[in-house]
Amino acid sequence: MLWEIDIYPAPGQPNLLAQSVTAEAADLGFPDALRVVAAHGYLVQGDLTETQVRRIAAELLADRVVQRTVIGRVGDAALVEPPEGLPRLVHVLPKPGVTDPVAESARAAIADFDIRADAVRTLKKYWIAGLDDEQLATLSAKILANDAIEQVIVGPLGFEHLAVGSPYTFELVTVAIREADAAALTKLSLEGQLFLSLAEMQTIQAHFRSLGRDPTDVELETVAQTWSEHCSHKTLAGRIRYRGPEGERTFDNMLKETIFAATVKIREQAGENDWCVSVFEDNAGIVRFDDKYNVVFKVETHNHPSALEPYGGANTGIGGVIRDPMGTGMGARPICNTDVFCFAPPDTPSEEIPQGVLHPRRLMKGGDTGVRDNGNRMGIPTVNGAVYFDRRYLGNPLVYCGNIGLIPRDKSFKHPHPGDLVVAMGGRTGRDGIHGATFSSAELTHQSDELSGGAVQIGNAITEKMLLDVLLVAQERGLYNAVTDCGAGGFSSAVGEMGEKIGAEVWLDRVPLKYEGLSYTEIWISEAQERMVLSVPEDKWDALAELCRSEGVEATVIGRFVPTGRLMLKYNDRQVADLAMQFLHDGRPPVVREATYSPPPVQPLPLPVKDVWDHTGELTRILGSLNVASKHWVIRQYDHEVQGGSVIKPLVGANNDGPSDAAVLRPVLDSRRGIVVSCGMNPCYGDLDTHAMAAGAIDEAVRNAVAVGADPARIAILDNFCWGNTDRAETLGSLVRAAIACYDVATALGTPFVSGKDSLNNEFRPEGAAEPIAIPPSLLISALGMVDDVEKCVTMDLKEPDNYLYQVGLTREELGGSHFALVHSLSGGRVPGVDAKMARRIFAAVHRAIDAGLVQACHDLSEGGLAVAAAEMAFAGNLGLRVFLGQMPQAIDPDGRSAAALAELEKKVHNTELHPLATYPGATAALLFSESNTRFLCEVRPEDTERFEAALGDVPHALVGEVVDTGQLQIVGVPCPIPDDHGNPTTEIGAPLVVEADIDVLKEAWQKPLRW
Amino acid sequence: MVTTMQPNVLILRAPGTNCDLETAFAFERAGAKTERLHVNRVLENPALFERFQILCLPGGFSYGDDVAAGRILGNQIQHHLADRMAEFRAEGKLILGICNGFQILIKCGALLPPDAELGPPATLTWNDSGRFEDRWVELGTDGEKCVFLKGIERMYLPVAHAEGKFVTRDRAVLDRLDADGQLVLRYRPLSERTPAVADGQVPFPDNPNGSMGNVAGVCDATGRVLGLMPHPERHIDRTHHPRWTRPETETTGDGLAVFVNAVEYFR
Repeated sequence: MLWEIDIYPAPGQPNLLAQSVTAEAADLGFPDALRVVAAHGYLVQGDLTETQVRRIAAELLADRVVQRTVIGRVGDAALVEPPEGLPRLVHVLPKPGVTDPVAESARAAIADFDIRADAVRTLKKYWIAGLDDEQLATLSAKILANDAIEQVIVGPLGFEHLAVGSPYTFELVTVAIREADAAALTKLSLEGQLFLSLAEMQTIQAHFRSLGRDPTDVELETVAQTWSEHCSHKTLAGRIRYRGPEGERTFDNMLKETIFAATVKIREQAGENDWCVSVFEDNAGIVRFDDKYNVVFKVETHNHPSALEPYGGANTGIGGVIRDPMGTGMGARPICNTDVFCFAPPDTPSEEIPQGVLHPRRLMKGGDTGVRDNGNRMGIPTVNGAVYFDRRYLGNPLVYCGNIGLIPRDKSFKHPHPGDLVVAMGGRTGRDGIHGATFSSAELTHQSDELSGGAVQIGNAITEKMLLDVLLVAQERGLYNAVTDCGAGGFSSAVGEMGEKIGAEVWLDRVPLKYEGLSYTEIWISEAQERMVLSVPEDKWDALAELCRSEGVEATVIGRFVPTGRLMLKYNDRQVADLAMQFLHDGRPPVVREATYSPPPVQPLPLPVKDVWDHTGELTRILGSLNVASKHWVIRQYDHEVQGGSVIKPLVGANNDGPSDAAVLRPVLDSRRGIVVSCGMNPCYGDLDTHAMAAGAIDEAVRNAVAVGADPARIAILDNFCWGNTDRAETLGSLVRAAIACYDVATALGTPFVSGKDSLNNEFRPEGAAEPIAIPPSLLISALGMVDDVEKCVTMDLKEPDNYLYQVGLTREELGGSHFALVHSLSGGRVPGVDAKMARRIFAAVHRAIDAGLVQACHDLSEGGLAVAAAEMAFAGNLGLRVFLGQMPQAIDPDGRSAAALAELEKKVHNTELHPLATYPGATAALLFSESNTRFLCEVRPEDTERFEAALGDVPHALVGEVVDTGQLQIVGVPCPIPDDHGNPTTEIGAPLVVEADIDVLKEAWQKPLRW
Repeated sequence: MVTTMQPNVLILRAPGTNCDLETAFAFERAGAKTERLHVNRVLENPALFERFQILCLPGGFSYGDDVAAGRILGNQIQHHLADRMAEFRAEGKLILGICNGFQILIKCGALLPPDAELGPPATLTWNDSGRFEDRWVELGTDGEKCVFLKGIERMYLPVAHAEGKFVTRDRAVLDRLDADGQLVLRYRPLSERTPAVADGQVPFPDNPNGSMGNVAGVCDATGRVLGLMPHPERHIDRTHHPRWTRPETETTGDGLAVFVNAVEYFR
């Protein structure tokens, strides 16, 4: 029998679900006549009496104080009686097989009443008026449901049973590839969603020809998973012939010779002070924290799944990256999350959205809530991140998720032993995410949602939290020899990697399943979430099994690591795969890829013609531009304080709403030692020069960390490359050039890379389009820093009137890719560069000053330059600020014409000190908005100025302003000749006010765009 | 006896509990001994309660907040542990529920017993904003009834929840709880800039969820059982305060007093 329990708000209570639908619909331009009443509900299948159903409704499923219920058997008239006369009914249900955590919990909770339900599914029910059929279909597709995971039923439910899977009949499948020609191999790779190249298919063919047999389906899948871009990074860790401005270089392993090489060099130079523990070998990088602990950091991307289903994609993105530190060494305790998103602008008109693409607003809301619901439920504070916007992310949004963990020093390495049991722990295996690893190697098309719907996973954070709880106890008790996570490729990757040096035998029929009907291949490659694989000595198994049982976590022996050097898979004692580990891990054919790069020549930036001195309007436009605007709507939905170690929060200042440069937390509650978490990224610079972009991202990540108090000698960084299709030589070239910059800047700063990941083929081909839309080159640098004593940390909000403001670092005329150019829709200009040797000295100097307690507030200068940084410091501190551009340390070369004009002027005006930029027309824009790297603004008390200047030594710095209690930001321009009524310069010298605004006005401009 | 000097705290955890470590740390800092136990251990052996003087249900997402926050664990307690909880309280011991713990105490009926006919007198439901939010709130205490809040007039603490709106069955219930001095903790305006509202309702975000009567915490009729949405364990250190870097901020951690009061009660 199938019962339905619908739950509506009680009279007088708000219908929040309906409100959110109408608000979304209004944003997307649906008619005002739209009216919605919404309910959520449960379908409960089983041999239940009406009394039992009424009891679980009253005592479990609904809240009598604020809700009312409608209960019946599916098909009963009461269930389809329109409330408030709204005629149209739309049901939305998860598709069969899609993880439905609430339904699983409800079923278990019903059992606690001694009532048995065979199956439970959640549903949402919408009653609608004011739309025609077509509008209703659009509303269903765009707002009510996502076809990738949900089904829409208009009108009454047309079924009386919940599908719960059907039994699987074993049949061994072999794939005839020995006789296939090139065309057949290519077809096989594509249609089987293997996404292997022809050369790779031919290598597999040759291998099986030499064995004298065809592969089974699961053998072919295993090779495809292992050789996938996602698992093996074959492009970047492969051979590349590169031609660029640096000349010609040939790499045997590009990553090893750039990113890794930087770390090797830095570690060698550090000698005894080397604080890296494990880099680029485990699931995450490990560095030293204190005498007892190390810290572990990993950042992943989950772009393709998030494009199809942003909530599930981002949710499992964060859930997945949390399992990386959990699966590093002998298992770390996760202590914080990071997240960075890239979307098309949320105000993109609906009609510009290609078929098969979700609106960026929906992507953003789904991505944000996906991260929120996993991070918050796991009890891991999400403390740092960013959101970037660019049209080119329309079909291909980016979702970067990071996690930092804490691990005892003596648990930082793992060693699976021959003879150990292969144990699967955590969630059950279903059809979730089949082909996720190979899918991420493919270009998205308008049909991707149909072809690869299986690649979307839904997470269940509590299953993962339960797994974490027992894993940490098992780690402490030493109940296993190794652990790794089941990520992309599922068991295939996890067991394959862990047993690479030994060999393994796996009994696939023993794997616990969510429902019947999975084939041995599906079991092997499923990417169902919340699973870990452990290598457990036989004599520890009983203790581990008992521990898991005691907390309701499933653990199952699914195989054994046997010293054969082979991967053997069995299903009910029938052998379904027998692969040599060596072929699997080293058999991939070497491919030499071509890469070229030539940065576009620097074009002058045409300055907008202005007839007024004032730049306040430009400042407010930049503050309100999406990349700069406040992300409080995102930040507040994340619990950034759970675990009780929060020191510097993402929002700081007099009203807890200023943008912090980095987060600081104390992972060990009885210690004053802290970690600093920050990031750097700027997709605007990559179009001009990817070397500058990468250098700038590193500089930004490091300066953000230094700005709150991190010791620049103890900052580790991570790289995440998200790029377009690197089969094009120029796209690959732009990436190689960025990797070379990573080497150059990391070695110059002494900042090691400890982990990284890449995601290629981020392109979208709209229906009928000849050319795909590629994302802009997007390199995220994440930084992990250390502070000895968190009480020395500083925040970016101004503290007290009469304090002084210093700029540290040089302003250059670098407006290329700037937000000044962005809001004026200008192209050209010089992209900000990094003088890494100078940067190292500046970082050290600023840290000396902060460490000595001489800095009251510190803020880095990034998007929007000095003007934005000054405005943010002022409104965050609820104080006024007066800044003098003429005092700024700068290295702007006025062109010949203005130099001549200056000389002319000096002849006329004797005894007057003229600023070198007095007659340079580009000076004001450059000084205000240039985005030169390695710059800080520091607030210093008058009594500390001497010591502050001494701490800075000979790095460029100058006193540029003062804190005032006027509640206004005033920026005074360079002293220059005042023009006469005809606009010709006179001999009178004055300093115009180029920005003047109330901080409340500036703050409102900054907060408003994303106040959702 | 030493045990009467240093109370033993049972930090009860369940699948999805996630504030257990820092809550234990706060109790220890206040001078208590703590033990974190999985609810399964207590269900197997309810006699475990006898070892403890304080029961604490910490924050988190027990069973994922699936169905409704605190509902599933609340039902488990109601079905299997209600008598033990009642005994625990009757023995003069203390019970504290923070955030999800408050939701559990409300849903299991231990804090405000249900009416046989009309059902529960109050609930905690979805924030008016319809979403989870993490922000700091100014709190005022009301009355002297609650052991945990003795001597505390105000606190500045963070809330981090989606379902924290306190709603009573009707106005009369709210008035009765008020008259009985059980509405012990309320959201207050964050500053004088907060506009006043006629019916005394503090506006968002100062009252972060739209709670009736601005209620942030409720105690039972004895004053020995407290449930509150804000997190006192997240403000026990100077550097927890969101403005500790500002010269005007003076704090040693407002929330610590809640735990100290609990410990002092047994001295």
